Amino acid sequence: MGSAGYDNIKIAVRDLTKLFSNNSHNLHALEAINLEVGEGEFFCLLGPSGCGKSTLLNIMAGFEKPTAGKVLIGGEEIKAPNPRYVTVFQDYGIFPWRTVQENVEFGLEIKGVNGSERENIAKEFIKLVGLCGFEKRHPYELSGGMKQRVSLARALAVNPEIIFMDEPFGAVDALTRMKLQEELVKIWGKENKTIIFVTHDIDEAIYLGDRIAVMTPVPGKIKSILEVTMSRPRIRTGSDFLGIKEKIYSEFFGLEKCQQKVKL
Amino acid sequence: MRDLLQIPIRILVNRIPPLLVAGIFISVWQGLSMLVYSEFLLPSPSATLGAIFELLINGILINHLLTSLSRVFIGFTLAASLAIPFGLILGWYGRAMNAFNPLIQILRPISPIAWIPLAILWFGIGDRPAIFIIFITSFFPVLITSASAVRNIDASIIKAAVNFGARGTGMLKKVVLPACFPQIVVGLRISLGIAWVIIVAAEMVGMRSGLGFMILDARNFLRIDMVVAGMVIIGLVGLGLDRLVCSIENKIRRRYGFSGV
Ligand SMILES: Nc1ncnc2c1ncn2[C@@H]1O[C@H](COP(=O)(O)OP(=O)(O)OP(=O)(O)O)[C@@H](O)[C@H]1O
Ligand SMILES: [Mg+2]
Repeated sequence: MGSAGYDNIKIAVRDLTKLFSNNSHNLHALEAINLEVGEGEFFCLLGPSGCGKSTLLNIMAGFEKPTAGKVLIGGEEIKAPNPRYVTVFQDYGIFPWRTVQENVEFGLEIKGVNGSERENIAKEFIKLVGLCGFEKRHPYELSGGMKQRVSLARALAVNPEIIFMDEPFGAVDALTRMKLQEELVKIWGKENKTIIFVTHDIDEAIYLGDRIAVMTPVPGKIKSILEVTMSRPRIRTGSDFLGIKEKIYSEFFGLEKCQQKVKL
Repeated sequence: MRDLLQIPIRILVNRIPPLLVAGIFISVWQGLSMLVYSEFLLPSPSATLGAIFELLINGILINHLLTSLSRVFIGFTLAASLAIPFGLILGWYGRAMNAFNPLIQILRPISPIAWIPLAILWFGIGDRPAIFIIFITSFFPVLITSASAVRNIDASIIKAAVNFGARGTGMLKKVVLPACFPQIVVGLRISLGIAWVIIVAAEMVGMRSGLGFMILDARNFLRIDMVVAGMVIIGLVGLGLDRLVCSIENKIRRRYGFSGV
């Protein structure tokens, strides 16, 4: 029982290190990362820009190789990307030449699912992410938030065990972001997936996560892991919410500075 | 009612300035030709129009025009059908790009016209050396735009495709080609434009037929009106070619969902 209260460990990161080496110098992007994420958990990676969140996520998803250490998913070491673990990118990664419907069908097409079944599955997830009526549109006709919905529907359509999300709502305005967060929590409640969610937005992490790994830069490390026990949907202005926020501030800035800030 | 009136007005407002500019150009040309007063230095617009009709009626123009067009079409098609796949490979495999890039960068700046002596030596006379010159002309621009189209594909698009298990021909057909298509078509349009410029020069230097030869031949017979007539035809056909490819390009962009770009 490594991860708070979860019966099965879905993802285990063991002594992970990542060095990027140029001709002249090495960059220690990640050092001694150890993590366990439970099956069905909503896990947030929170940290400032450049602390290695994307690098860690990319290694977990199999896009990059670690310099040392390993990532186990369901007990097996991950070596390459796999449709069972789908990533949702900040810049969407959706196909501009395909309609919404065709985008959502992509993974199923590659899998070899036949046309009518594909269509039905895609319809279902387009509805789930609230894009009914936009099936025939191309991405350039959609707002950023809608594009991200397409990306999420495309990921869900292949029924993955894990969804990796790298600052998926980083490019949308604050109000839309809150709406997307609410909907993501609802979808996660229904679909029972393990989600690893990268963000640098403290409120977002508290609103979404079962647990939050607080990361610090140079070299990228996990400073601490906080559990968020509030029931969902969470009230962003509630006192427990602010309490956790204060705790996270103190993780980043140290307790004294944090109290000064709170007084201000 | 006001809206109904406004649409034709807007069309007029858009159409009038270009017509005005063309009108001024022709008037200045007419004025200059009257000042110069020598058909051998500058034939007037009306004399040029007359020459165009003469060339049309005796069939010379159509013959040379078709010759030039078919050379461009064949050379261009050959070049594109080799340069696109080769460019895609270079764009996809960084190592191949590294290996070929210096050679490409040396061959590319050599004017296609400089190849004419060799082209004639190798292919004799007739269409084949001209086709070869157009091949050389079109090959490099298409190669380079195809390669850079692949390299400019959004990293997340490739990552997403890999993530869903796309590989090999599936990756090529479902992701790489459609992602590159719009940019490749732009490359094709540009190189077709260049090919049309080069074919005339090539036919002047070393061929016995085609629009370039027609112009040179007219000069030798001191039919300067026919020289200018040939130039006007070249310009009009060039415009037509560009418009044609442009409309194909727009269709493709719409089909591939890039029209918002
Ligand atoms: N391919 C690479 N080559 C060299 N250095 C890299 C590479 N990818 C990332 N880095 C470096 O590793 C460090 C961590 O980068 P990473 O993208 O993981 O940060 P991040 O936490 O995701 O930041 P952000 O919030 O800005 O996305 C940075 O200093 C970055 O410059
Ligand atoms: Mg990042």
